[in-house]
Amino acid sequence: MDLLVAGVREALRLLVAGDREVFAILWLSLQVSGLATLLSLALGIPAGAALALLRFPGRTLVVSAVNAGMGLPPVVVGLFVTLLLWRSGPLGAWEILYTPAAIVLAQAVIAAPIVMGITLAAVQNVPEKFRLQLLGLGASRTQMVGVVLHEARLPMLAAVMAGFGGIISEIGASMMVGGNIKGQTRTLTTAMVLETGKGNFEVAIALSLLLLALVFGVNWTLTAVQQRRVW
Amino acid sequence: MARVAAALLLVVLALLPAAAQPPSSRTVILSTTTSTQDSSLLDVLVPMFERQTGFTLKTVPVGTGQALALAARGEADVVLVHAPSLEKKYVEEGKLSNRRLVMVNDFVVVGPARDPAGVRGETHAVAALAKIAASGSRFVSRGDKSGTHVLEQSLWKQAGATPAAPWYIESGQGMGATLTLADDRQAYTLSDRGTYLAFGRRVALAILVEGDRALLNVYAVLEVNPANGPRVNSAGGRAFADFMLAPGTQALIKTFGVERFGQPLFVPIAGKTDSDL
Repeated sequence: MDLLVAGVREALRLLVAGDREVFAILWLSLQVSGLATLLSLALGIPAGAALALLRFPGRTLVVSAVNAGMGLPPVVVGLFVTLLLWRSGPLGAWEILYTPAAIVLAQAVIAAPIVMGITLAAVQNVPEKFRLQLLGLGASRTQMVGVVLHEARLPMLAAVMAGFGGIISEIGASMMVGGNIKGQTRTLTTAMVLETGKGNFEVAIALSLLLLALVFGVNWTLTAVQQRRVW
Repeated sequence: MARVAAALLLVVLALLPAAAQPPSSRTVILSTTTSTQDSSLLDVLVPMFERQTGFTLKTVPVGTGQALALAARGEADVVLVHAPSLEKKYVEEGKLSNRRLVMVNDFVVVGPARDPAGVRGETHAVAALAKIAASGSRFVSRGDKSGTHVLEQSLWKQAGATPAAPWYIESGQGMGATLTLADDRQAYTLSDRGTYLAFGRRVALAILVEGDRALLNVYAVLEVNPANGPRVNSAGGRAFADFMLAPGTQALIKTFGVERFGQPLFVPIAGKTDSDL
């Protein structure tokens, strides 16, 4: 109990004092996971929409794969991305292992199926009659897809929240492909593991409170947008 | 919406290079053990090395076994580890070279204060472990091929004991987590002194055996053979190894930890050989 109180106090102190290292870690986590979320949206929305609207042989298999991918273990992604990015691996020439770019890549791979799966469900929820009506009214196929995605935008915000929430709190992949290098690839979660390993529980608690606050802040903003239906 | 997605992709592609790193010849990858990281020593040494040499250092803290394996594949340029027997094996195979001693500290056998196996005051770690095995007292092992685990296994072998469940528990985690587990299970464990000191306030375990020569924890730097893989930065690896042995670095190591623990965590030993210890 004393530890918990000390942790909360330490968190407040770090925040109030504007501890430069903690803020740098916070900023890096936000940047990396934000960028990875954007990347997963860029991949997941078109792919999810296509899966929802197209009919082709083996579609059920692909949809099942996407749904299974929503639970893709980060540590598995971390392992495979590491092997790909190794100096001796197929993407070794990129030389991005142990850099923030590697974490962005791994996290995007984790979030993409989540975005894809939720987009798929959201688009399929738009009644088929509505789509046919649009085409009947003379909309081109591209215009129809645009309108359907616009209709599904609110449930799709859930995709952003789920994707971002999943990867900002992810540890396995960040640790493996980032290496937890101080000042370079140390994120909130890897710093937390390190501080726990060092026995600095107060700092670890402080970092976890910051992570919770960050996740809550981002979700609050997105939920506000979603519930007000401002766009 | 498709246009939005395309725009997002463009933004991401534009931002990615910003997150990339300087050219490879200026980047050195150090694979090392978790204990050097957990003790915060590297947090102090890395910026110093980067300032002095202009290289960018990437530290990969893993167990000693993995650190050596990575280097043998050419995934690292230099290693800082603490498992002499394993290190020598890699040197013999030609994967690593120029093994130089950097610093030393020691391991301690810790356990519950009531000491069910009666090892307190034992001067030989091997004898202490034999007693633990004979009495079937709980012992928590790292079980992760770390330098600590490698030493522990060799001690069991010398004691002629085959540790086994249920009294032998493998944590598969770092030293800190292992100490916490041992404390919870009222078990013995082998720990480096630095981590034990860092966790001293949190666990009720007591030091029961210390000062045995077999418990010396010797850290060495080894350079990576450029033939191990593409893109090995030998010049950078050599620069880090030289840096660890430089008088300024050794002087820093000598006093590191005094502020926090009231005693230094490592003793610098540049220039010494195994037989000097």
